[in-house]
Parts: sequence; C-alpha cells; structure tokens
Amino acid sequence: MNFETTIGLEVHIEMKTKSKAFSPAPVKYGVEQNTNTNVVDWGFPGVLPTINKGSLEYGMRAALALNCEITKDIHFDRKNYFYPDNPKAYQITQAQTPIGRNGWLEIEVNGEKKKIGIEEMHVEEDAGKNTHSPDGYSYVDLNRQGTPLIEIVSKPDITSADEAYAYLVRLRQIIQFTGISDVKMEEGSMRADVNVSVRPIGSDKFGTKTEMKNLNSFEHVKKGAHYESKRQQRVLLSGGKIQQETRRFDEPTGETILMRVKEGASDYRYFPEPDIPPIHISDDWIEEVRASIPEMPDKRREKYVSSWGIPEYDAGVLTQTKEMSDFFEATVAEGAAAKLAANWLMGEVNAYMNANKLELLETKLTPEHLASMIKLIEDGTISSKIAKKVFQEIIANGSEPKAWVEAKGLVQLSDPAVLEPLIKTVLDNNEKSIEDFKNGKDRAIGFLVGQIMKGTHGKANPKIVNKLLMDSLKKR
Amino acid sequence: MNYFKHDFASLHELLVNKELSVTDLTQQTFDNIEKRDQKIGAFLSLNKEAALEQAAQLDQVGVAADNILSGIPLGIKDNIVTKNLKTTAASRILANFNPIYDATVMEKLHALQTITVGKTNMDEFAMGGSTENSAFQLTKNAWNQAKVPGGSSGGSAAAVASGEVIAALGSDTGGSIRQPASYNGIVGVKPTYGRVSRYGLIAFASSLDQIGPFTRTVKDNAILLNAISGLDPHDSTSSNHAIPDFTAKLNGDIKGMKIAVPKEYMGEGVAPEVREGIKNTIAVFEKLGATVTEVSLPHSKYGVPVYYIIASSEASSNLQRFDGIRYGHRAADVKNLEDVYVKSRSEGFGDEVKRRIMLGTFSLSAGTYDAFFKKAAQVRTLICQDFANIFSDYDLILGPTSPTTAFGIGEDINDPVTMYMNDILTIPVNLAGLPGMSLPAGFTKGLPIGMQLIANRFDEETMYRAGYAFEQATDFHKEVPTFGGKINEF
Repeated sequence: MNFETTIGLEVHIEMKTKSKAFSPAPVKYGVEQNTNTNVVDWGFPGVLPTINKGSLEYGMRAALALNCEITKDIHFDRKNYFYPDNPKAYQITQAQTPIGRNGWLEIEVNGEKKKIGIEEMHVEEDAGKNTHSPDGYSYVDLNRQGTPLIEIVSKPDITSADEAYAYLVRLRQIIQFTGISDVKMEEGSMRADVNVSVRPIGSDKFGTKTEMKNLNSFEHVKKGAHYESKRQQRVLLSGGKIQQETRRFDEPTGETILMRVKEGASDYRYFPEPDIPPIHISDDWIEEVRASIPEMPDKRREKYVSSWGIPEYDAGVLTQTKEMSDFFEATVAEGAAAKLAANWLMGEVNAYMNANKLELLETKLTPEHLASMIKLIEDGTISSKIAKKVFQEIIANGSEPKAWVEAKGLVQLSDPAVLEPLIKTVLDNNEKSIEDFKNGKDRAIGFLVGQIMKGTHGKANPKIVNKLLMDSLKKR
Repeated sequence: MNYFKHDFASLHELLVNKELSVTDLTQQTFDNIEKRDQKIGAFLSLNKEAALEQAAQLDQVGVAADNILSGIPLGIKDNIVTKNLKTTAASRILANFNPIYDATVMEKLHALQTITVGKTNMDEFAMGGSTENSAFQLTKNAWNQAKVPGGSSGGSAAAVASGEVIAALGSDTGGSIRQPASYNGIVGVKPTYGRVSRYGLIAFASSLDQIGPFTRTVKDNAILLNAISGLDPHDSTSSNHAIPDFTAKLNGDIKGMKIAVPKEYMGEGVAPEVREGIKNTIAVFEKLGATVTEVSLPHSKYGVPVYYIIASSEASSNLQRFDGIRYGHRAADVKNLEDVYVKSRSEGFGDEVKRRIMLGTFSLSAGTYDAFFKKAAQVRTLICQDFANIFSDYDLILGPTSPTTAFGIGEDINDPVTMYMNDILTIPVNLAGLPGMSLPAGFTKGLPIGMQLIANRFDEETMYRAGYAFEQATDFHKEVPTFGGKINEF
C-alpha cells in the first residue's frame, strides 16, 4: 500500500513591539527576571488588560504579507487554564475572530513551485517562563508574559518533510521582511508545532495525527516530520493503529518518542474577553497598514535582476534575509556599483560571517564603509589585493576605509612620474629579462611586473605598471 | 459628627470657614464608627493613622473653597483596591492582601483630597445580596439589627445609613449598590456601564461590574459620581462619553417628564407593601407634572437565569488568578502544583463563591457552552432591546428596587434561589449597562422601601433630576434610624 503524508504547521512568532500586547510593560530580552513586568503582567486583583494597537497592526501586517483576508470585526477570547507562568490563568487570544484568514505563501521544492494555504492567523499573548531548579523550587519569570504573538496555522497542503522545511524558511523570510519580528528560532521568537498524519493514497479522510510541540529548529521539523511519516506508515502496514498523541523529537537518534496520549481535547472554556471591547477594522486602517509594509523579498529580487543587473541566483541569496537585503540596498545607495557590492557581500562578507560565526549586523561593517571601499577600488586608489586587507580592517575594526588606507600608506601608485624611475631601475637590473622578452618569452613580463610590485610593496597600480613597462620595453 | 444633619455642602462650609478642622471631622468620624460599628459591623478595617495624618496635612494648607470633597471622610468597599491598605474582598483567600497600587477611583478621590477612613464589609467577591457571605463578619441593617443590610455592598450602605460616614463607594454587578441602598433607606447609584473606571475593582463579572456612590441625598450622590467618572486609559471598557455636571439640573422641575412603569416590576413576586409604596411614589411624580405610563419589559423574567450564567461564567475565569502562587492564601502542606491550586482555593473560597465558580465553569464547558453561555448572551441582547424600545418613548423607568424590604439575618442564606430572586428587579439594568438609582420611598414595619429609577445609557442626569425632585417633594430621606430609640447616645 502506498501512503501520502499530510503535515500541518502551527507557528508562533513573537512580535517585537515596544510594549506588551495588553500591558504597558516593555518587551525586552536578556534582562533580569521579572524586571519588565507590572501589576497587569502579574495578574494582580483588579487589573485590566488594555490593547496595544501596535501589536494589532503588526498582526495585520503579517496577515497582509501572507495574503490573508482581514477579519473586519474582531474580538478577543479567553483561553482558560492553570499554570504558574500564566498569572491570570487565562490567555487572551482570538479563538473566534482570527485577524487573518485564507492566506497563502509560495514555496519551491526541487524546482517546483507550490502554494501552501494558511488557514488562519491570530494575535495573542505569550506566557511567562517556569524554571525548575535542582534546589527543588520552581521559579517563575514573567518578563515574557504578555509579549504579543501571532499564531499562523497552515492548511493541510504540506505533503512532505521537505515542503514543511521550505514552508518554514519562506514564512520566516516573509515575516522578517515585514519587520514585525526577528524570527529567531534559537531565541524562541519563532516556534513550531508540527502535526503529521498519513493515509492511503486516494483516501478522502485524513489519518489520525500525532503532534510534536515547540520545535525550535527547522532541521528538527524536517527530520521529525520525515521520521514520523515513516513510523506511521510502518505501524499501519503492520496492522497497527495510530493514536492521537504528543511525541517529542529526539535529536541524538533522529527519532520521535511518545510523550503522552491525548485523552480527549482539553477544555479551555473559551469565551469572549469582556475587558476588551470588540474592534472594527476599517478599510482605511487596512490600507494604512498595507502602506507601512516594507518591500517584500520577491519584489526586491525582481528589482535586483531587472534594474540592477544582478544574476537571478545572486538576487535570491541577497534577499534571503532582510538584514542582507537592507545592507545591500544601503551599500548601493551609498554609491557602490550594485554588482561589486553583491560580489563582496556574497563572497568575502559571507565568508567572514561564517568563519567568525557572526550575524551581519554583529560585524563592524557598515554599508557606508563597504561602499567607500568599493569606490576606492573603482577609482584605482587601491588595488584589489590591498582591498582584501582593507576589508579585513573595516569588518573587524570598523575603520573608515579611505582614512585608514591613507594613514597606512596603502594608496595605489598610479602616477607615471613616480613609477617610471622605478621601472627604469628594474629594467636596468634585469637585462636578461629584456632579452627574453625580445625573444618572445612572455613570462619575462610577469617577472618584471613582480619586481616592480615588490619594489612598491604591492602598492603599484598593476594596469598602469603594465602599460608603462610595455612602453619602456619597446623603447629599449 | 452627626452626619444625619449634614451634607457635603454644609460640611464643606464648616471646613472652608475653619469652624471645623479636617482632623476633627476625621477624628469624629472614627468616633462615630467606634460607637456604632459594634452594632452595625460595617467596616472590615480602618485606616486611622494614615487618615489622621492626611487630615493634619490638609489642615496645614486649608480646604480650597472650590473643592467640595476636600477633607471629606469616606468609606470604601473592600473590593476596591487601595494602595498600602489591606484589601480582602471579604475573602479568606485575600485575608492579608496589601495592594501595591490604587484603583483609578481612588486616584481620582486622592486628587480631590477625600479621606479614606476604612474598608467596608461585603459578600465575598461581591457574590450575594445580604453581606452574610463575608468570610469575616456579619453586617447589620441600620434600621433593624436583626435584618440584613442587603448586599453585596452591605457594609458601605449600613455605614452611611447609620451615620458612621457621610458617603461611601460600593460596586454593583446585579444590584449590589441599589438593593442595600434600598434596604437601608439611602441613595445608591449604579452608573452606566463604562461611566466609572473598573481598574482596581476586584473583578466579579467584568461585563456587569460598576463602582458607584452611596449617600444620604441625591445631590451628594451626583457630586460623588462626578468625582469618580471618566475615561480611563487603564480600562478599555470605560467611556469617553461627555460627563455633564450631574447637579446642574437639580431644580425640582420635572414637568412633562415621561416615566414608564414596567408591569413586570409591579407583579406577583413583589411584596404588597412594597407595591403600595411604589404606587404612592407614582402619585408624587404625577403631582410634580410627570406622566406615568405602564409598559412591558417582556424579557425581564429571564434576567435572573441569564445573569447567573453570564456573571458566574465571567467570575469563574476572573477568580482563577487566585491560585496561591503570587499573592493571597497558599495552603501549607502541599505535595505538588495541583495541590497548591486545589488546597489553596478550597481553603480560601467560601461556599457561595465555589458555587458560582462551578456554575460558571459548567456554563462555559465545551458541551454546555451553546446551551448556557451562548444562549444567555443571546437573551441578554433581547433584554437590552426591551429597554431600548422603552427609552425611545420614555425618559425614565420607575419601579421598586427590591421585591421586599430587608429580610432577617440567616433567613435566606440556605436557599440560594430565593436569595437570587431578590435581584430580579436590579439585574436587567446591569445586563443592559444602564444607570440605576435606588432612593428612599417609604417605610413599612420600620424598614425602608426603595424606589428604583432607571435611565437610558449615559443619561444619569435625568435620573438625578427626577430623584431630586422626588426627594424635595417628600420627607423619607429625612428619616433616620434610631437604634432602638437611643439615637442621642451617638
């Protein structure tokens, strides 16, 4: 029997608004526990939530970028459950009126393009964080409590682990370009729940699904979904039944392990949040938000290819992250030739980032400096060889390239009045090479240029040296 | 201080002219409480030290002539959060809870320099109609100490009616201001939903709760409501609706006012002597030049079940935060997290609170939501429409506040349904978010009868205008409890 796999992804993304979704406390990471909290986050008696309009607009941005229909009349709902990281004992979410519905994004797997539907997208608040200490106590940190989240639920269109992977990469890219989140899996600002089911090809009913929760790497999603699909097929082929259960992806073995069997759905007793009145989203508001969405990666890629003369593949690489694309555009805006800027970013800059395990914005490189260096190369002030040295300096230490080149005396020698006496000396000292040249041995040129470069500590402009050398040789 | 002989204006005059210092007024208020509260039991806690300190500071700068509430001592219901002043909502689960912030109404009152003398008793988490559900003490009716003061704001009502303080704040979710005002023969107002910020009011039912004033006169009530009204950025359900000076139209003239009396409010369930009392008030209004017409609120009979589903559902969610983790009572001797929750809540909540949490949890559950919560929400819309229909033709609705006068302590407590039926006339007003007022409208067997006036949304002005005209035309508000004929002892 042959099976087909259906994968559903529920992705939670933390939005980087200034303040929390329903309280004025700031959203900030890496600070001391419970410092970014107030009485609202603590669920003190008598406090009330107030909506941060920004979190709603960020949610609308994401919905629009994912081609969703915007729900015009929304309200929030309470999802009730007890847990120490959930101080009100309910989460404010959108159970009945998700801000976005019926969206889609496009993925490409093995050269084939496919639209993956988005069932719905809603705005909600994140919970705090419990830490279980070896001292026997559990500690609650509410810094994260109330951080605005969007949850994006895919339609059952994903049919392989590779597609699931491509979906997540694409989703991250789009969200990143909207500017609403850093979408960093490793920092928890993007988390995925994965549902997998299999069914015999041709069956019109989905199989029983299993769930893996809170996966924090695309690789794990891919491996876990792949393993789970194969496992379910094995179970079914051996006459077994799939149970509705939660499983954990085990990194060392690459397998999924049973955590708990679901005994009926949890009852969260959803009901409309009475503390936040319903909100009407007008067409004007939607258009206002639409206008605030930065240019999306596809548009940029198209622009790079058709207007800036960048090859298709390079344009794809440059638009993979917003940082890279923004950096590229800023470098071009500073006056660098687009092609050269692209080459440097994809080549030396990427290599440096990989070697030093740094993100682009963690290096000391700025678009101004990169553009300035590229201009120095173009106008012949420095040679490409010197440029490599300059690059190391500006990316590692943040020096201004022009000033640094001048201070270090690395300006390329292009002045014939300076170079000619040097060439004369080299020729005078290498009669043999002149003879070789005249006998048609081209190698001699290389040797002579090398000698001149050596005499200038590599600073001579090779083009001009070549020309002057040929002129001199002809005269001898 | 004999508050029976004063109102805000007369006290203000004494304070401004320095015939009375704020310190003396405050001290005398505590003297009142000391003498009477042994009998009444209105206060759960007193704020003596801080109040006298604040009074002394105020005496140094003097009471401004344009700030009528400056230096006026007030009682505050114990479900209104007061910074550094114990706030328990009359529950064991908050027995030692000292808030670190002030409710918005408290901030507004502080800005006007009122003096908080203490926190008043109530039914636990405002759930009840007799104040017998307080975890800490009983409060007695000011007119007859064998009777309940009503509830849930029974402490605030009894404190004002017994002359311990001149005014107090309460909260009203299904009648919790109007019913105790009625039982104690004073003026109590539940404002339009959204008129007063709920920030810092320990939530019972979020879509119904409102804070409002208790006073002995209509005018004082209007003054105090003006002081606490207004849009609050901390409460998204508070309204930016214009706030008129509620005292501006208190001139006794209500000629041509169109008053509706729902026949459902004068029916079988209402005690004959209460019905009689209300009929007499109708005659007064007619004499004043108003027209009074019988109308129908056909869905009001569903008010009680709808209310107990919606209020309990919201409460079941609102009260989940009392989990023993961050504040409040935490059970000792627990083995695990579930133990913390179950034991802390089992020990911390009283029976009525548990009953409503169960009712609400049931109403919101997956299998019952549609038949209970959803259906109740739909019927609520019909109740709102009933009122809207009336207010398209009439200025005001009139009826009794409660079907009976105050009942005996211990009489109803074991029969929740009878207890719930006491709210039948007040509940629809909360469901529709309307303003409602109870004011004294007669006596029977030594107990006050309360009249309820209900106005359209944000039309408290009309309600106060009519209430004032009635008050000026009658002497009921001049009656004071005698505590067994020994009034002079106070």
